[in-house]
Amino acid sequence: MSGPPLHRQLGLTDDELERIREILGRDPNRTELAMYSVMWSEHCSYKSSRVHLGRLPSAGPQVVLGPGENAGVVDIGDGLGVVVRIESHNHPSFVEPYQGAATGVGGILRDILTMGARPIASFDSLRFGLPVAQPGRSDPDGDDTGTAKQRWLVHGVVSGISGYGNAVGVPTVGGEVVFDPTYAGNPLVNVMALGVMPLAHLQRATASGPGNAVLLVGASTGRDGIGGVSVLASAGFDEGEDEKRPSVQVGDPFEEKKLIEACLELFRSGLTVGAQDLGGAGLTCATSETAAGGAGGMDVTLDTVELREPGMEPFEILTSESQERMLVVVEPENVEAALGVCAKWEAPATIIGHVTGSGRLRVGRSGETVCDVPPESLAEGVSYERPMSRPDRITALASRDPHALLPRLGPGVVPGEVLRLMTSPNLSDATWIHRQYDHQLFLNTVVGPGRGDAAVLRVKDTRKAVAVALDGVGRYCRLDPHRGAALAVAEACRNVACVGAVPIAAVDCMNFGNPEKPEVMWEFSAAVDGLREACEELAVPIVGGNVSFYNETSGLDIDPTPVVGVVGLIDPLDGIPAGIGFDGYGDVVFVAGTTYDDLGGSEWAWWNHDVVCGSAPTIDWTAERAHNAFLVDVQKGGLARSVHDVSVGGVAAALCECAVAGSTGAEVELAAWAPDLTMEDALFSETSGRSVLSVPPGVAESVERLAETHGVPLHAVGVVGGDSVLGIPVSDLQEAVTPAW
Amino acid sequence: MATTPAKRITVTIRPKAGLRDPEGNAILHALAALGWEDVENVHVGKTVTFDVGADTDDAARAEAEAMCRKILANPVIEDYEIVVGDTGS
Amino acid sequence: MTGLVAIPIIPGVNCEHDVAHAVRIAGGRSAFIHHTDRALPAETGAVYIPGGFAYGDYLRAGAIARFTPVVEAVARAAADGMPVLGVCNGFQVLCEAGLLPGALARNVGVRFLCQDVHVRLETAGTPASHRLKAGNVLRIPINHGEGCFTAPAEVLDLLETRNQILVRYCAADGTVDPADPVSNPNGSLRAIAGVTNPSGNVAGMMPHPERACEAILGSADGRPIVESLVHAAQSAPAPQSAGAGGR
Repeated sequence: MSGPPLHRQLGLTDDELERIREILGRDPNRTELAMYSVMWSEHCSYKSSRVHLGRLPSAGPQVVLGPGENAGVVDIGDGLGVVVRIESHNHPSFVEPYQGAATGVGGILRDILTMGARPIASFDSLRFGLPVAQPGRSDPDGDDTGTAKQRWLVHGVVSGISGYGNAVGVPTVGGEVVFDPTYAGNPLVNVMALGVMPLAHLQRATASGPGNAVLLVGASTGRDGIGGVSVLASAGFDEGEDEKRPSVQVGDPFEEKKLIEACLELFRSGLTVGAQDLGGAGLTCATSETAAGGAGGMDVTLDTVELREPGMEPFEILTSESQERMLVVVEPENVEAALGVCAKWEAPATIIGHVTGSGRLRVGRSGETVCDVPPESLAEGVSYERPMSRPDRITALASRDPHALLPRLGPGVVPGEVLRLMTSPNLSDATWIHRQYDHQLFLNTVVGPGRGDAAVLRVKDTRKAVAVALDGVGRYCRLDPHRGAALAVAEACRNVACVGAVPIAAVDCMNFGNPEKPEVMWEFSAAVDGLREACEELAVPIVGGNVSFYNETSGLDIDPTPVVGVVGLIDPLDGIPAGIGFDGYGDVVFVAGTTYDDLGGSEWAWWNHDVVCGSAPTIDWTAERAHNAFLVDVQKGGLARSVHDVSVGGVAAALCECAVAGSTGAEVELAAWAPDLTMEDALFSETSGRSVLSVPPGVAESVERLAETHGVPLHAVGVVGGDSVLGIPVSDLQEAVTPAW
Repeated sequence: MATTPAKRITVTIRPKAGLRDPEGNAILHALAALGWEDVENVHVGKTVTFDVGADTDDAARAEAEAMCRKILANPVIEDYEIVVGDTGS
Repeated sequence: MTGLVAIPIIPGVNCEHDVAHAVRIAGGRSAFIHHTDRALPAETGAVYIPGGFAYGDYLRAGAIARFTPVVEAVARAAADGMPVLGVCNGFQVLCEAGLLPGALARNVGVRFLCQDVHVRLETAGTPASHRLKAGNVLRIPINHGEGCFTAPAEVLDLLETRNQILVRYCAADGTVDPADPVSNPNGSLRAIAGVTNPSGNVAGMMPHPERACEAILGSADGRPIVESLVHAAQSAPAPQSAGAGGR
């Protein structure tokens, strides 16, 4: 066979092959080569990012388990822990949006399950290209990045999340959807999941106790997701045969549901000593990681792995990413009982090996050893310090003041500009999406999708509730990845504060381009620094994360997009927190926080006028903290009728959203919250640390006093009532935000 | 496997004639929007295929009929059609 | 002793914990019954078949589940007069099993719908509705992709004349308009959201009363339905033979 040597076709460099030879003291065989190639891939080993991720603050008094585990765990008191994890499924979702999104949901649920918790909620952060053309611009329809393709992707991804999440029985209670041309050739599908469990029942993802049995539970193993290593097949067989092999993973929520019930019963009955889900790199990852973290060795036979297709080779079985599978480690005397539990839930299970103290991962097939390696050499992977250089783009964009390119607005054109802004897909009403998700299962959802700035889930049998928000701001990161990442943390924290929760932990999903480009690596490093700064300033430890590189199409990288999920705690929860909608005629409308002239990267500048340049919005950490604390106290005191954060689209968009959500207008004095700024800055600036509140007149004074105590500037700007806001009928706004696609 | 010769059964299950077929309708509209305006009668159903041991086509069909009545189709909302053929092997 | 609400667990069902929670706050006791069990516990006074995706809803919602031993046990108990309520997937199972008339077809808008709806109680006095009055309007969530109630016209006529319609989708003020996609979002014929068998002891409905039992979750309107069933369970006569409906 011609072409580059096998190891390079598998994505391993010559140096990496040399390192494998050193570890083994010999040449790796085909199976081992495949195993190293998947475990040393960017996806599994974080080889480009690891040197940077250590800078993230992960410690805190409430952190039980931080990054590096299957999921982070945070102590919320009463002996309970919140288990949380975020992951990307970008590439699979572009190839096959339904299955890509579905298996993304399935994968992250198993991560939560592996810790011993029932997954009780999931959240999605989705990014696509434009589903409709920008005003005044032509639609590149028909093109692979055109609006028709984007709509197809959105519908496919949403159906996949709905189809899998609803059927597996885990509610999808929140998230965000963002549209920007940067994602047209590379959509982002980030999924976050959460569980709540007694801390005493935490499971370990290790294989300890030589002699203990290793069980593979769940779906049978097929050739799903082995696209990357399928070159091995063509190396040994007829060329072209691998083309027939699908690399799309297909999810089966029914199998996953049975797996969840079986595993939870195994855990509850104390029948397991360790568990690990099968995700990326399949059996190779699960066996090597548990062995490396436990007694150090494992003997595995492939003869008892249930296969879906005949003729599968060892490397295929070992690297298959077939979904809905779990590895569990069981003491010999409990094997029968464990198999009984699996049978009860109709989850197939077989013994595929046992734990050893040999320090080797040995895999056999039909009496022949196909792999004999030190498991930690697979699990630990490799790590690189890749070169970095500041992109010229950033300097160029920063040097241009957006104000110079944007129109000055007189009061007369405000309604038209605002209405046009509200047709941006980023401000569109996502009810059509939320309705497709079961967001109520388990009877915890106090604030569901679209009703508040964060989802609120009560914790049954306690007085507590957790709030979750998921945010990312790619356009700010294009201008300044450091501040953009910090702004994502700030926004997510502000969103949970808006429903009255104190932020206690964060997870991050880093979506970036090709790390082999020094500019992308620089952006990544800057974003990590931004996350660190924000998390330290706001005292939220990062308890888990995921890095997705190579988000590029035809050499074009996406905007750096760190997505941040923040978990907040409400204790005690005294009622349903105020939502975002205006509701009470005569309520006083306040804008909290200080507005600066931050139009750089703003939605209005981009959507209405196609201007993206300047600096990302201002953050003042002291003001940010004070504002969050103020919001928490407002909700705790039940003082407001509505609370809504100011973010995309500025105060103008926030006011419109409050009006649409409550089907009630407001009489607002234009720019009363920023009299020293121009009209366009006042309306559309996206300065951090602000919110719009509506407050019954009787308590307006208390709210003003509270703001003063916290040192938060509070501007009374109008009164709730009527059927228009900013001179626009609410019904017109309703129409503008209803997607026609 | 069965020692009797196998027949390959294909059961096509469709929304009952005359019943509203929202999925078929959605596709009809999508096709029309893409320019295929003279399309009619779009229906979406499902196909169940299996091999069953039977000596004759009639015996195989009778078997499949029974399956359809018992589980494969719901007569309130679905019609079905059975095709009997030989197995590929 | 009776009074137990039996909750059959068929693989893929997912509302069982919610039903158990709702039964508890309605003052009742419940027990999960595994799908392979051939008989209900002797103390069973009512059955609440929870929603979810039994057997993944593969083939058709409820099509495979109806053949499980536990559903066969429920069918025998129902024939002896046991109060049975099937919600969502549970309703689909009861229709497939022939315990209730009609079928649940794909929503008219094709998509899955999780949202609040209003329903009007049409028939009071059944085990699932005796705590309510006909005409009561309840705000309860639906959560399904296949909830469009369908039956031949003559069956629909019969259901009306025999008072077998339990609830209908309606506007907030109680107005029923089957052609209105807002109040009847899945397009159910004659806006039927739930039905009973001729003797009224078996009932099925697409909206989830157990999801609307506490104000903190947005509505407590479903609670009287759960309370009705719990009360029916507690007041049901003790079965004559051990193992209600068992053999």
